[in-house]
Amino acid sequence: MKKRENEAVIKMADLSFAYPSRDYVFKKLNFNFFQGERIGLVGSNGSGKTTLFHLMMGLLHPAEGKIEIFGKERKTENDFIEVRERIGLVFQDPDDQLFSPTVAEDIAFGPLNLRKNQKETQKILKETLEALSLSGFENRITYNLSYGEKRLVSLATVWAMQPEVLLLDEPTIWLDEETIAKIVQILNSQPHLSYIIISHDKQFLKKTTDSIYLLNKGKIDRTLFL
Amino acid sequence: MINVIKEKFSEGDSILHSLDPRVKIIVALLFSVMVAVSEKYTSLSGALLFAIGTVALTGLRTKEIISRLFMVNSFIFLLWLMLPFTFPGKNIYTLGSLNISQEGIRYALLITIKSNSIILSGIALLSTSSIFNLIHALRHLYFPDKLTQLFFFTYRYAQTIHSEYIRLNNAIKIRGFKAQTNFHTYRTYAYLVGMMLVRSYDRSQRVYQAMLCRGFKGKFWTLNHFAFKKSDLVTGAIMISGIIGLVLLP
Repeated sequence: MKKRENEAVIKMADLSFAYPSRDYVFKKLNFNFFQGERIGLVGSNGSGKTTLFHLMMGLLHPAEGKIEIFGKERKTENDFIEVRERIGLVFQDPDDQLFSPTVAEDIAFGPLNLRKNQKETQKILKETLEALSLSGFENRITYNLSYGEKRLVSLATVWAMQPEVLLLDEPTIWLDEETIAKIVQILNSQPHLSYIIISHDKQFLKKTTDSIYLLNKGKIDRTLFL
Repeated sequence: MINVIKEKFSEGDSILHSLDPRVKIIVALLFSVMVAVSEKYTSLSGALLFAIGTVALTGLRTKEIISRLFMVNSFIFLLWLMLPFTFPGKNIYTLGSLNISQEGIRYALLITIKSNSIILSGIALLSTSSIFNLIHALRHLYFPDKLTQLFFFTYRYAQTIHSEYIRLNNAIKIRGFKAQTNFHTYRTYAYLVGMMLVRSYDRSQRVYQAMLCRGFKGKFWTLNHFAFKKSDLVTGAIMISGIIGLVLLP
């Protein structure tokens, strides 16, 4: 399955990045992600998995190299506005993600930012809650939810924006088997969704992804071993 | 402070709890302005009664209301210690080398009545809505976006800082920390405060980033719109005419 490089949705070329007063996280990293791919991203703690996501979303900026997303080079804050509307990143800690009083308002935050009208937003809200089997959670207070519920709701907040690509940062961490099974089922119910999942959970990756990439010593490579 | 953050008073089902927050904000604003500028004792005592009356309508626990009033009145107590002795005016009593002036007492009394009336009306009208409803209401009343967002995030992060504090405090407690008068205690508290600030700053950054990732461009859009009921109109009209009546008192 050889794809032409210019078809890549996310294209990172010769990317270098370092946090202040620390050694390089990436040096000349090359990575291409294509529409329809479902990949897992593994690597040891501190290997830069989350940093890679943050570079894709423009939350961090590379020292060197080129980031091309949806066929356009992305450099400035303004370039990334479109990226953020079309790629959804779910943070590792749901307490970072949820800030509105009620579940409904938090889920509606994204669609409203996309300037959907009230009627559309209500429809999206209803569909999202159904898709993630969260119906009935509309008026729950976000900070009173259990941890597992918070995780599902923070997935819902990004899901509601109907992103073309989903970036999930450790979606199963600290979750029980039942909730993990639920996430597997949600992801597999959308065969056309593209996503990258950072995870240490091999069982989970086997069930949800088609290929695995290993991030090691600032390089990223497809790996056969899991 | 913590009770304010937790919005304890916003839970309830009295008339005032279900009143449209927009009406409450307008009434509270009118009332506060009226009380602040009025100099007439009749109007002001009427206002105090009005404020006590509205608080009574909320059905909140008297004990908790008094504890909130206590905070405010401890500041006012300081005024009572100063004003009667320092305000120039007719001398009515001499206490050693200190003169107590009539104007000073009058002034302190006015301040006491005014601030208590405003606080009470605030408890009755504003604290009976959740902060988020108040913010929505402000937005519907065409308050500037920047001010409402400032209000929202101040509240949101007061909560965040508080929860960071609890976490850190638990972390030091489970390792057997006991506050004493020694250098170790001071240093631990200094670390606690420093860590709290750093952590809440980090968290606020992450929350902001998460908001950016969901297409936030500096403007909040509201999901729920308030439905203005007939009863809101009636209650609002009664309260506003009450306030106007107080102004017109001789």
